[in-house]
Amino acid sequence: MKKVRTPYLLLLPGMGFLLIFFIIPIFNLAQTSTQTALGGGDTGQYKQTFRFANYVDAFVENREQFARSFVYAIIATALALLIAYPLAYAIAFKGGRLKNVMLVLVVAPFFTSFLLRTIAWKQILGEEGFVVPPLRALGIISQSTTLTSSSIAVVAGMTYNFLPFMTLPLYASIDRIDPRTLEASGDLYANGFTTFRKVTLPLSMPGVVAGTLLTFIPAAGDYVNAAILGSPQTKMLGNVIESRYFRIVDYPTAAALSFTLMAAILILVTIYVRRAGTEELV
Amino acid sequence: MADVASSARGDLKLLNITKTYGDFNAVNDLTLTIPEGSFFALLGPSGCGKTTTLRMIAGLEEPTHGTISLGSTEITHTKPYQRPINTVFQNYALFPHLSIFENIAFGLRRRGIKDVDDQVNKALALVELPHLAQRKPTQLSGGQQQRIALARAIVNRPALLLLDEPLGALDLKLRRQMQIELKWIQKEVGLTFVHVTHDQEEAMTMADTIAVMNEGEIEQMGSPAELYDNPKTAFVANFLGQSNLIKGTITGNDGDKLVAEVFGQKISLPKNRSHATDNSIFAGIRPEKFRISRLETATSGNVLSGGKIEDVSYIGVSTQYQVVMPWGQELMVFEQNDDGVAPFSVGESVNISWEPIFTFGLRGDEDAEAGTEVNPDEEPDSE
Repeated sequence: MKKVRTPYLLLLPGMGFLLIFFIIPIFNLAQTSTQTALGGGDTGQYKQTFRFANYVDAFVENREQFARSFVYAIIATALALLIAYPLAYAIAFKGGRLKNVMLVLVVAPFFTSFLLRTIAWKQILGEEGFVVPPLRALGIISQSTTLTSSSIAVVAGMTYNFLPFMTLPLYASIDRIDPRTLEASGDLYANGFTTFRKVTLPLSMPGVVAGTLLTFIPAAGDYVNAAILGSPQTKMLGNVIESRYFRIVDYPTAAALSFTLMAAILILVTIYVRRAGTEELV
Repeated sequence: MADVASSARGDLKLLNITKTYGDFNAVNDLTLTIPEGSFFALLGPSGCGKTTTLRMIAGLEEPTHGTISLGSTEITHTKPYQRPINTVFQNYALFPHLSIFENIAFGLRRRGIKDVDDQVNKALALVELPHLAQRKPTQLSGGQQQRIALARAIVNRPALLLLDEPLGALDLKLRRQMQIELKWIQKEVGLTFVHVTHDQEEAMTMADTIAVMNEGEIEQMGSPAELYDNPKTAFVANFLGQSNLIKGTITGNDGDKLVAEVFGQKISLPKNRSHATDNSIFAGIRPEKFRISRLETATSGNVLSGGKIEDVSYIGVSTQYQVVMPWGQELMVFEQNDDGVAPFSVGESVNISWEPIFTFGLRGDEDAEAGTEVNPDEEPDSE
């Protein structure tokens, strides 16, 4: 009897935590999303009217930011994958004794605050930074072009901030590949590129899927990068939700937007995981 | 894939091959010809350079010096995927994400072969596992994976098939069975097999020709019988089976025989089996060639007297004796249990005799222990 109960006892703390800090708040949020204002100049006071049209209103009003969130998140995820894959591959296969040092370096940025790192990008991409003047001198960008307060800056900041979340799972799955399977591929008439396409990449798919999810999901809901590195023209859904909650105190719209974002991410992720076919790879 | 290298056929020739890692010579000035169609074994202890040699033939390592050619085509610097050579890797290295069928089809698809299905099915039939085509490698036992690795290589009909300790991960019984099967498959498909192993019994069971390697060089090369009956060095004498090496001095000639004195007793050995370069010699005799006799029994051939039985182990087909000689050396004697003579017991005084023709002679300045400290059952090396 005792043995049967142990796993449930072990689950208890985690389940309790989730109940108090996730399940109950989610219900609250759901309730809030269908409320309407009391009126009478009393801002911030709402009553439950089950007005599901809140969702439609919120979406229609903010579809631009909605689309932007996903476009930015997809671009940042793709860029992070392009940067992280060779990095993880090099650490796993060529790292040798320095493997662990390199992994520490990958997570080293976490020792600094997320905000500070994002603000640093403002400096880097600023007028006096080391990126803009050379680009201007070389004529790659015009004298009047700035990089801060642009979508480039927002996407760059997101790519940078989520890079470790991409690198670590990629590393974990590439490191598990037996180098002899790559030798076997070469032995069986596959050149370097074919070996990558037919052996390395398929074997690292669990890492690709995990890394892209860990990057895409927080990136789609992110507002810090857009707030610090962007402009009103680069607002993402996260920024809208933030301002609805804390500035306009329009709780129902903020809640409705949060749910719409969650649902959209869930649907996209489900389609993606289905198509990547991870269950076959594990 | 219509380039010259991939269609090369013929004998494999290694010429003055050296492979250096830092200041360590893994392979040292190796020259070797492996005839087309043969079953060739590279035999040696861990770290002797045999796996490095194999990897250079496969193209996975580049030699520091020297050339490798196949028939009349030099392939020293050809990429692995351009060589008509396939390898059965030590731990099989099957592709875990592909089915057994796709594993075997991998090489055929890369070369754009048309009748993939037909050839894969034939290969599966050859290794007697046609029912496993749709499984994944992890669902197979070690012995089955081994056969699939073999099928994956053979299906490409390479000019040369390399086997890197292919049976190392299997248990003894399965290993014996696979030894016989591999030999049969080699005859069946008629390809050149180059087999790397540290297991002398495995090499002797399967190979037509064995090259015994030690410290990056070939000690001796020949048929299993040649190496066993007429080893040229103490290393070969000890690494291939067991040997009794008795120190002596050559004192004269007797026709086609040499006469030698060992600890005051005279023995003779065939001249053509002596590799001594001066008067100092080790007389080598295999344990099963010795005969033990009680003092009153008449003996012929070479006789060494004054032995005393120190240890007896009965192992069914034979009995193994340790006999300590007057000069303190322990000799190993294997007696077949087929003569109806009561076994000898510990402490008995005996004579040891053998036919002079079974004696081989080694240089007297050799290390009599060379090649003995190696345990043939140790883990496969991972050079």
